[in-house]
Amino acid sequence: MTQVNRIEGGYVDRRYQCTFHFNGKPMVGHKGDTLASALLANGQTLVGRSFKYHRPRGIFTAGSEEPNALVELREGAHQEPNTRATMVELFDGLKAKSQNHRGSLEHDLLAVNDLLSPFLSAGFYYKTFMWPKAFWEKLYEPVIRAAAGLGRLSMKEDPDSYDKGFLHCDLLVIGSGPAGLISALTAARAGARVILADEDFRFGGRLNSETYALGGMACGSWAEQAVSELNSMDNVRLMSRTTIYGAYDHGIYGALERKTDHLASAEGRPRQVLWRIYSRRAILAAGSTERPIAFPDNDRPGVMLSGAVRSYVNRFGVTPGQKISIFTNNDDGWRTASDLVAKGIDVNAIIDSRDIATVTQLDGVRVHMNTHVVGTIGRKALGAIKLSDGAIYPTNCLAVSGGWNPNVHLTCHQRGRPQWRDDLCAFVPGGELPVGMAVAGSANGSMTLAAAMAEAQEKTLAQLEALGISSKIEEVPQAEDEPRECAAFWHVKNDKKRAWVDLQNDVTVKDIKLANTEGFRSVELLKRYTTLGMATDQGKTSNIAGLAILAEESGKTIPEVGTTIFRPPYTPVPIGALAGRSRGKDFRPYRLTPSHRWASENGASFVNVGNWLRAEWYTKPGEKGWRDSVDREAKMTRESVGICDVTTLGKIDIQGRDAGEFLNRVYSNTFATLPVGKVRYGLMLREDGICYDDGTTARLDENHYVMTTTTANAVLVFRRLEFARQCLWPNLDVHLISTTDGWAQFAVAGPNSRALLRKVVDEKHDISNEAFPFMGCGRITVCGGTPARLFRISFSGELAYEIAVPARYGNSMMAVLNEAGAEFGAIPYGTEALGVMRIEKGHFTGNELTGQTTAHNVGLGKMVSQKKECIGNVLSQRPEMIREDAERLMGFRPVNRSEKLIAGSHFITKGDPTDMDHDQGWMTSVAHSPNLGHSIGLGFIKRGHERMGEVVRAVSPVHGKEMDVEIVSAHFLDPEGERLRG
Amino acid sequence: MLIDHPLLGTRDAAEFIYLGDVSLIDRPDWQAKDAMQQFHDYGYLRDNPAGAHQELWYHEQGDRSWLVVTRDTLTHEISKVELARDVARARGRDK
Repeated sequence: MTQVNRIEGGYVDRRYQCTFHFNGKPMVGHKGDTLASALLANGQTLVGRSFKYHRPRGIFTAGSEEPNALVELREGAHQEPNTRATMVELFDGLKAKSQNHRGSLEHDLLAVNDLLSPFLSAGFYYKTFMWPKAFWEKLYEPVIRAAAGLGRLSMKEDPDSYDKGFLHCDLLVIGSGPAGLISALTAARAGARVILADEDFRFGGRLNSETYALGGMACGSWAEQAVSELNSMDNVRLMSRTTIYGAYDHGIYGALERKTDHLASAEGRPRQVLWRIYSRRAILAAGSTERPIAFPDNDRPGVMLSGAVRSYVNRFGVTPGQKISIFTNNDDGWRTASDLVAKGIDVNAIIDSRDIATVTQLDGVRVHMNTHVVGTIGRKALGAIKLSDGAIYPTNCLAVSGGWNPNVHLTCHQRGRPQWRDDLCAFVPGGELPVGMAVAGSANGSMTLAAAMAEAQEKTLAQLEALGISSKIEEVPQAEDEPRECAAFWHVKNDKKRAWVDLQNDVTVKDIKLANTEGFRSVELLKRYTTLGMATDQGKTSNIAGLAILAEESGKTIPEVGTTIFRPPYTPVPIGALAGRSRGKDFRPYRLTPSHRWASENGASFVNVGNWLRAEWYTKPGEKGWRDSVDREAKMTRESVGICDVTTLGKIDIQGRDAGEFLNRVYSNTFATLPVGKVRYGLMLREDGICYDDGTTARLDENHYVMTTTTANAVLVFRRLEFARQCLWPNLDVHLISTTDGWAQFAVAGPNSRALLRKVVDEKHDISNEAFPFMGCGRITVCGGTPARLFRISFSGELAYEIAVPARYGNSMMAVLNEAGAEFGAIPYGTEALGVMRIEKGHFTGNELTGQTTAHNVGLGKMVSQKKECIGNVLSQRPEMIREDAERLMGFRPVNRSEKLIAGSHFITKGDPTDMDHDQGWMTSVAHSPNLGHSIGLGFIKRGHERMGEVVRAVSPVHGKEMDVEIVSAHFLDPEGERLRG
Repeated sequence: MLIDHPLLGTRDAAEFIYLGDVSLIDRPDWQAKDAMQQFHDYGYLRDNPAGAHQELWYHEQGDRSWLVVTRDTLTHEISKVELARDVARARGRDK
């Protein structure tokens, strides 16, 4: 195919030829073309099928408001659905496919829907697929889903990368049309830091598509000159291909910059960048969008907005048709006729709905005033139009102009509410604008070139003054105040044929009337009932006409009916861009423990715990599954000695004269009496009296404590302590710092732990039971002078220590401990064995502290001191929280020892029915105890402490299982704690 | 949103953690006769004004200051930012 519709002029670079494929058909265009202009140049007017009726559709606009020309771009994993051909920059090798048809674009099998249209009116689905109910999931929904939607996803992982960035400026100028350019020039010349952003790849906005004279030259040339001046200034950042998609609080704007979408390959660079722009002030110069007039069968390929026709002719050097007619309700439509005539394109007729005098005389152009287009002929392409006065014109392109709507979108992103202006027949920005924003140009209803530029300069000067930037007023370039009169004419009345209002969603005038008849009269309901203004174009060309027709039907004025307001984003933003780098393993980054390298070299499997990756077990040769490894680790630790990296527990360094008093207030038990060189277990409550976190705190010096928290709560506890320190007791002398990452810490547990440590700890430190008893702590040195801290604490219930060294020694320390322990058969153990041993000892963790657990539930009620001020102690005494019959933490074992307990089972007293009224509690944690040789569990059961030895039913309806279990002490091993004191 | 940190200048709200109403500073006296009722009210009862609201924000991705931010809940306009420690002292929090 050749470029049958290519004409002279425009801003395409004819030196560069781009070969591209549409539905597999090779075509050529030029650099500077959009896919849409190149398709038109090649005479391809049919580009897609409509959403509901599968009607043939063509290119309707020349911008981001495009409702029809959506294509699937690129191939394979790079395939992107629903891209607007009017925004796709042509490159050599581009491949695009049309969407939403079954079979070929020319012969869509689902076009049968169009014949069924009498049944497919608004609310069809709501009314039809109501019964039988069972059909919905199995039949209706799958069929509707298969038929619905526009483009298809590739279903492959997105191979492109996306980035995020932050920018700062004095003035953000949104849009680079005449208003935006004059605003950027004014601010930049005054020395302000300016960002000028435009969604197009070419700056200039409508100036590129018009033939006005500006500053004594063609307006496009003036734009080029302005851009080149801005380009030369260091205080200006020009951002083309950048959509400002949202206006957020305090002058922050969201921007999507398309970095490589116009290239055949991103070549490893980020495809798009999501910017957060911090502006001190902003000028919204987003221009305006033309709207169509609804008339019967107005959706044929070839029917196009009048301003878009000018864009294709003037900017791209393409004529959308060989014989063009114009249907307008305003003066601007006439401009299209004169531009076309100037280019030597055959214009048949101007049809103007207004009963006024002819605007201009054009040679060879017939004029029909006070006339409407009442029908079109042709199916896959427009062939002719029929007029209300009976005339018929053969034409393959009809330029339609229903007036222009200011692009008020960003003004509504916070509290703005557009105001109706009768003289423009359009909404203009109103209400409270986003902080720091001023609107100028046609976005603000200043519809003529001269008015737009004058307003932009005036508003920019006011913004600069507010910023304290002085500027001298320069003359705005000489521009025209072209005729812009417009009539409120929205649709051609016709009761038989369909006239489209929203092309993207196939919403017709009839649908809107039906919605009104059925009572959906609020504009918000109209939108949801008919889907008017939904999907990728968000009704940029259809909302106002829909509103006007609703107003007409309900006998109200448009402002009485109201308007829908706009939320971000202005145009669609890919999920990939919003995600940025936060994908895959970077979606939720994790930290490595200090001994990670040693662990991975020694057979460890890893698990995510909080925001850490921890060793869960170490596999030895010959072990068949994880249970083998975990059983061995738990057994060997109790028989000899095991080593576990416990760095992930939160560590908070607490210093100051009042540190002891501070601890007294944040822990429920007493800390003021803790001697130097000792460690104490502490339980923290929330202010409502519920258990929050627990851990140990060591007193290293008179005014120096080290607190540990659970891994999961490390950040939260630290935050709370800072709150207590700054907001509750601001005069206590206490200082906090998190040292979680600063110290590598290892549990060395088991009967041989002291003997092992004796080989590592420097000789001068006495770690005998007498000199370093249970719950002792101190600063020591290891391996000949390396500073370390030693705590004699035990989570496993064995004779045990935790040894801490500066984190950089962590990996070596793990190796040293294991080497030193070789003669005892020392083993490293992971989180699973840790969990088994804590269940064997009845220690509660996150499974038990659910956010509903009281100290009373876990048997530590007496620990909560009522003799001092501390967080949570007052409300912990509420009657419901200390009920005698409350659930208590107990141990459980299966009566038939070979059975495996199930976590989550509920306890039912023998003989009671299995229902919630007879629920006695639930199993929180279970494990296989290699030391006892059977399954054990922890759980809460009512009055548990009085029911030792009772057999109850543990029921798990989820698993369809139940078994008899015996209530026992939670301390399965060494209940007297003799081992850890040995 | 942007928060004008009294020590660090203007910072993005994303660096902060929101807690809630400033009344959380006014922790009741644990020895008061009606301490239980007072703690109940302190813990559970909050005003939810449409308009100016004093609220606690924590600069977790920064210097760990707790701040009292006066923010209009309708417009998000921030009219005042103070160090919570100063506010606490002014409200009579002592040792």
